[in-house]
Order: sequence, then structure tokens, then C-alpha cells
Amino acid sequence: MDAAYAILALPLLGTAILLFGGRRTGDPASGWIATAMAVGSFVATVVVWASLLGHSAASRTVHKGLFTWIPVGSLHVSFGLQLDPLSLTWALFSSGVGSLITLYSIGYMKGDSSYGRFFFYMNLFLFSMLVLVLADSYLFSFVGWEGVGYCSYGLIGFWFERNSAAVAAKKAFVTNRIGDFGFMIALFMMFGHFHSFNYSTVLAPLASGRLTLAGATATGLALMLFLGAVGKSAQIPLYMWLPDAMEGPTPVSALIHAATMVTAGVYLVARSAPILHFSPSAQWVVASIGAATALLAATIACGQDDIKRVLAYSTISQLGYMFLGEGSGDYGAGIFHTVMHAFFKALLFLGAGAVIHALHDEQDMKKMGGLWKYLPVSSWTFLAGFLALSAIPPFDGFWSKDAILAAAWHKSPALWAVGVVTAALTAYYMSRQFVLVFGGKARWVDRAAEHGAAGHEAGGHAGGRPHEAPPVMTVPLVILAVGSTVGWLMNAPFAGLNFLERWLAPVFPARIAPSFAVATGTKWAIGTVATAFAILGLVAGLSAWRRTAERPALEPAVLAHAWYIDETVSAAASGPLARLASGVSFGVDAGLVDGLVNGVGRLAAQSGRQLRRFQTGYVRNYALGIGIGAAAILAYLATRMGG
Amino acid sequence: MTVPGAWYLVLAAVLFGIGATGLLVRRNVLVMFMCIELMLNAVNLTFVTFARLLDDIGGQASVFFVLVVAAAEVVVGLAIIVAMFRRRAAATADEIHILKG
Amino acid sequence: MTAALLAAATGSGAHLAHASAWAVFGVGAALILTGAFGVVLLRNPVHSALMLVITLIGVALEFIDESADFLAAVQIIVYAGAIVILFLFVIMFLAVDRREPAAPEPTRAQRPLAVLLGLVALAELLILSRVQHWSSGAHHVAGSLKGGEDVQKLGESIFTRYLLPFEMTAALLVIAVVAAVVLSRRHGRVAAEMSPAEQEEATLR
Repeated sequence: MDAAYAILALPLLGTAILLFGGRRTGDPASGWIATAMAVGSFVATVVVWASLLGHSAASRTVHKGLFTWIPVGSLHVSFGLQLDPLSLTWALFSSGVGSLITLYSIGYMKGDSSYGRFFFYMNLFLFSMLVLVLADSYLFSFVGWEGVGYCSYGLIGFWFERNSAAVAAKKAFVTNRIGDFGFMIALFMMFGHFHSFNYSTVLAPLASGRLTLAGATATGLALMLFLGAVGKSAQIPLYMWLPDAMEGPTPVSALIHAATMVTAGVYLVARSAPILHFSPSAQWVVASIGAATALLAATIACGQDDIKRVLAYSTISQLGYMFLGEGSGDYGAGIFHTVMHAFFKALLFLGAGAVIHALHDEQDMKKMGGLWKYLPVSSWTFLAGFLALSAIPPFDGFWSKDAILAAAWHKSPALWAVGVVTAALTAYYMSRQFVLVFGGKARWVDRAAEHGAAGHEAGGHAGGRPHEAPPVMTVPLVILAVGSTVGWLMNAPFAGLNFLERWLAPVFPARIAPSFAVATGTKWAIGTVATAFAILGLVAGLSAWRRTAERPALEPAVLAHAWYIDETVSAAASGPLARLASGVSFGVDAGLVDGLVNGVGRLAAQSGRQLRRFQTGYVRNYALGIGIGAAAILAYLATRMGG
Repeated sequence: MTVPGAWYLVLAAVLFGIGATGLLVRRNVLVMFMCIELMLNAVNLTFVTFARLLDDIGGQASVFFVLVVAAAEVVVGLAIIVAMFRRRAAATADEIHILKG
Repeated sequence: MTAALLAAATGSGAHLAHASAWAVFGVGAALILTGAFGVVLLRNPVHSALMLVITLIGVALEFIDESADFLAAVQIIVYAGAIVILFLFVIMFLAVDRREPAAPEPTRAQRPLAVLLGLVALAELLILSRVQHWSSGAHHVAGSLKGGEDVQKLGESIFTRYLLPFEMTAALLVIAVVAAVVLSRRHGRVAAEMSPAEQEEATLR
């Protein structure tokens, strides 16, 4: 159990080494240090997990105290770890996928001038993420929550000399702050109501039935927590930052903006299940927003040309699925999908990174194509990820999406319908992407010729032909591809094989997450229909994009511009809002506030300038001053004490 | 011995006033110093007068000490003036106003 | 001394003693005021110094009139004999025995303000001297003046009751002497510390 400390200590140690080592650790030592720490953390997590398995199902919640953080009056906030099935699930896949992606980055980031800084952020991120999930109180978790937000900011703006990266980082940070306000308000409400932030005092009594929560309180708390989740997990209306976050290096997109950090919202909602239980309306909000986001993001993904933006919108869409599952009351399904998504989306991003790498930082899918024979490993592994995300059986996505759709059907057929349509769209845009990148003609040839003529400064290899990535990058791809293909076995929906569900069962007792039975026949029907839709989308995508890369009718401007939502927000923000801000800035701030401050300064300067005249430097003037003072004292004595 | 003490006090006050005015009016450092001596003498006269009025030896003892301190003061003061003159022939107090900050 | 002579000459007649005391007071006051105005008004510092001597002698006369014979003697010896001579020495040494330059005052208000201030201070002092508890106090706190020689009484008082202040003034005098030496010493070595060759070189330079 003491390995629990190592889970956090190793990434923190790596952070410190890389921070103080600075450029001295260099390339590739920084990468190997970071990877070693991440792998060590993963191993420690596995050790803890194994020892938890040794406990009986009911006693699988272990607390590890660290130290008292804030002892103020009745408020005692201590840093401590809560090791239970939920937190360990997240810790396992975060550190596992994190290790693979850090390993991959050693190759991907090779030659970058800020090599050390990248891995410093990677380790710091992993540490923050693990704090977020392993913390034993909302407040400590919030520390990790802000930590991952900061790392996300630092990594999106990793190439801060590019204006677009700096702007994207700022956008991500500001948007996340909006969600964080929700989280903070939830914390305040929680303290007002429970006088504590600890899961053991807030959630445990609710889960065990010793305490109930008034509907209004529960709704307020749940919605504020969900607002935090919405910001972090890029749901409507705070999803705009995630596509822009693709300005960061591709491994960052894979780790933070697909596999781990963005699922923190899913974790928060799952963790708060006991609160959510007392507010059916909040559950409806979660499910509806999830479904709406899934559909909206999927439609946008159909019209994008940037290989990473397609995946980003796909991530938003899949996160919507997870919230749909949680809102429908099946937390297990949502978490199952989160884990599966971590595998295949990290795989897809890393594959995309390999492609981008091979084509010398080309991200436009219209300028790719025909890469199948040049990048065999990337192609095969990308295919696995593509089929998993498209929910084609028997790959991962099929099983987890099926579980969510069953829960949605139970909640409301309308939600289910949205989910199925989204599934078809998902298969469509993924097949479009796959064909555009790996199939068809090699549209990069002209550009490569140009490139070759321009010289070899960008590392152009023999005529600019794309080349497969080095083993340090392909090994993680293969591992993740295997995970995407057989990972579903951890929760197969057959009696006795639903390991994950049973593992999570103690966290979601029947009291707060009533199990529901969907008839086997219905289940089969749901699965069949969903698969049919997915195959339909797959076929549509393949047939439409196999021969040509130009089909303007299928990618209207409204989709390429993401329904113009970003533009509308920008217009609103830059119009009236900017005018208001500049009014406040130049009118109130410059005029009144600065005026007051400057006035005080000018008063001092002026009085100083006047008083300076008294300092003539003539000793006799000073003596005169002394004399006048003495005369004044005498006058006072003569009048007051004269009697 | 029947001149009333008040007369001496008035005489001392006048002497003090002349000394003080001289200190403020004159510009020669040495003369300013002499004016200070005038003021000290006025004080001494007051001390002796009160010693007589109150029949107290303390007043005369004070005068004794004032004399000693005045002697010390003159020694140091004149040394400063000599040092000052050596730097620049500043005959008047006004010429050292460049010392102001 | 004058008072003693006058007293001896006039015998013990109360009336005459009375008159002589007034006479001494008047002569002393005249000397004091003449000297004081001379110090302030005369332009030549040497004249000022000489006028200061007149004032000091006047003060000594008043001391005698108030039967502080020892202090009168000290006044003449220390003040007139030592301090004023020191003043004159410095004046001559620095060769500033010329009339003060009649340059305009740097601060115009200085002179009228100074005179006004002197008058005001004088008026205030006179008012205060009329106030009973400002011009009186406890009697013979440090010992009576009567019943013994003035010098003997003063000596006893200084070496018993005022021993500590007395020692401190002695220290003060030593410090002042050292300070005067340090202040007036030239930087670098003085001639006495140099070899004849060095002295010649310094002179040539």
C-alpha cells in the first residue's frame, strides 16, 4: 500500500530533476528520465491495484494521509489519498497511457530547442493528474485540477513564439477558468452545507443512506460541479478551446487533450454520483448536454481538413458520449468508454503525429493520401484505432458505445437516437479521414518535390519520401493498437466477464446508481441498429472519399467553420464587450483610478517642490527658524502659564 | 546688596536678545561665535542672580560648569573654523550653503 | 572687588551701601550693553572681539555686585584672558581682520525678521520674568551661600555634590582638545614628521 506514495512522488521527482536540470539534462536524457518516472508511477499504481484486489470488495477504499494543509477554526483540510476502485481506474490508465506517450515523445520531440521543458511539463502534468484523481477531498483534487489546467496551458503554448499557439493557450486557459468558477462555487456551497470537503464526510454518508440531500441543494451542487466538468471536458458551451488546443505538440494532444485531462470532468461527475443521485434534473442536464455535444461535434468533424482538428472534434464528441452514459445513470458504461477512448484516441493522435512527422509538419489532410505503403506500422495501427472509434465490432469502441447506448435507451429513446446518429457520423468522418490520409493518390508528391528542391534543411530524406517513425515512436503505437483491439475484454458484456463493472461496483452501490435491466432482446436490437448505422457511415465515407479529395458538396462551409459559433462568440466579444472593456479601461481606470493615484503623487511632488524653498542651505536661516520656534514656545508659556 | 533681582534678570534678558539678534544678523562666523558667548553670559548672569535670590550655591556651581563647557565649545568651534578656512577662504557662514542636499 | 572696596570706603552705612550697589549695577549694565551692541554692530571682527571683552568685564562687575567673587575672577581670567585671546589669535591667523563684505543678504527677510525676533523674544522674557513662579523657586537646595567664604563653599559643593559632573567636564575638555588637534591637522604628514629632503620637496611643490 505504501507504493501509493510512489505513484505521486516519482513524477514529482522527475519534475524537480527536469526543472533544476534545465538544459543540462538535454536531449534525449530528459525524455528518458521523464519516461522512467512515468513508468515507475505506472508500476506503483499496478502494485497498489494488485494489493487492493486482495481486499474484499467492500473494503477496497483505503485512505493515506499526507499532512494537514489548512487548519483554520473548524476547517481542517488535509492532504490525503483515497485509493478506491474509481480513483485507481483513472490512475492506471493515466499513468499507463502517459508512460507510452512520454516514450513516444522522445522520438517526436527530437531536436526541439526546448526539449527539457516539454518533458518537465509532461511529468508535472502526470503528477497533477494523479493528484486530481487520487485526492481524498474535493479541495485537494482542485489543486490537481488547476495543475493540469496550468500544464495544459503551458503545453498548448509550448511553441509560444507562434502567435496562434499563444492565443490558443490563452483561450484554453480562460475557457477553463469559467468552468473552474463553477467548481469553486460548488466548493463554497459544499463547505456551507457539509463543513467539509472530504469525500469520506461528504459523499460516504450520502452513498450509504445515512444522509439525504434536499433536491435544490443537490441540483445546485451537481450543476456547479458539472460546470467545472464542462469546462475541463470541453462540452457545450465551453468546448471551443479544445480544437484550438491542437496548436500544441501532437503527443500533448494525445495525452492531455484526448486521453486523460479532458476526462477529468467525467471523473468528477462519476465521483459526485452520490450528489447527482438526489437530483434527477441535474442528471437530465448531464445526459442532454452530453448528447447534444456528441452530435454537434460530430457534425463539425465531418467538415474539417486538419488531421488533428478532426480528432479534436471527435474527442469532444466522444466525451459527450461519456457524459451521456453517466447522465443516464450507468457510470460504469461512461467509465468503460473513458478507458477505451484513452486507448484508441491516444493511438489515433499518435498515429496522426507519425503522419505529420513523416510529411514534415503537414497537417492538411487534402495534401496527404497514399501513405499506406510508406508507413506500414502507422497505417495498421491507425486502422485499429479508426475501427475502434467507429464502433465496428469487435473493436473497443463498439462495446463501450453499446453499453452507453443501452443506458441512453433506458433513459430516453430520444437520447438514444441522438447517440446512434452520432455513431453513424463518427464512422463517416473517421473513414473520410482514413481514406484521405492513407488511401487514394499521393497528393503530397508535388510538395515533396518542392521540398527536395528547396534543400535538406528540414531533414528531407531521399527525395522527400515519407519514412516510418523510429521504434521509440512505433512501439507505443503497437501497444495502444493492441489495447484498442482487445481492451474491451476487461468489460465484456457477458456474464462473468464484466470485470470493470464488478471492480467499480463498490463505488456505485445500488442506492445511488440503481441498476436497470435491459431485456436481452432489446440489447441485441440496440447493438444491431447501432452497428448498422456505424457501417452505413463507414461505407458512405469510404465510397465518397476513396476516389477524390474534393467534394465541396459534402463539406459545406458551415461545417468547416464549426457552425460559425466561434465567429459569433468572437464578434460578440470583440464588439460590445470589447467596447465596454475599453470604456472601463480608458474611462474609469485611466481617468478615475489612475487619476487618483497620480493626483496623490502630484500632491507629494508639488508640496515637496514648495517646501524645498525652505532648505536654503544658509545656516543663519536655519538659526532663524530655531529662534522663531523658541519664541513661539515662549509665547505659549507666557499666555498659558502666565497666571 | 539691595538691587532687586528683577533688574539683573531684565539686564540678562536684554543681553540675551542682543546676542540672539546678532547671531542672526551677522555673517562672519567668528562674530556669530562671539554672539553665542554673549548669550551664554546672559545665562550665567541669570544663574548667579537666582543663586543670590534663592540663597543657593547650585546656581554658582552651574556657572562654573557653563564656563568650562563654553571653553571646550570655543576650542572645537574655532578648530572647525580653521579647518573650514583651509579648504576655502569662506569668511562668512553663507558661503557654506553648498552643503545643502 | 569694586563692591568690596566701595563697601570698605563707605563704612557700614546702609544707605551708602545701598547707593553703592546701585552704582555698581549701573556701571556694569552700561559696560555690558555697550560691549554687546559693539559686538553686534561693529564691522571689523577685531573690534567685535575687543567689545566682547568689555561685556565680559561688565558681567564680572555684576557678579561682584551679587557677591560671586570667585566667579568674577574666573570670568576675567578664563573668558577675557583665554577665550577672547583665542578668538583674536584665530582672527589674526586666518587674516580675516577686514570689514565684513556688504553683499546683499541672500535671503531678504533675514535681517528684519532677526531684529523683530530679538525684540519679541526680549518682550516675552520680560513678561515671563514678571511671573512669580517663573522667577523664583525652592531655597538652598544645594546648600546655603551664607556662613563662609564664597570660594570655600563653591569648592565643597563641586567636589562633593557635583563631583560626577565635574569629572565629566574634565573628560569633555580632554576630548575637546583632542578634537581640536584632529580637526586642525593637515592631511598627510606635517613638516615635523618629514626628513629635511622631503620638507624641501614639499615646499617646492
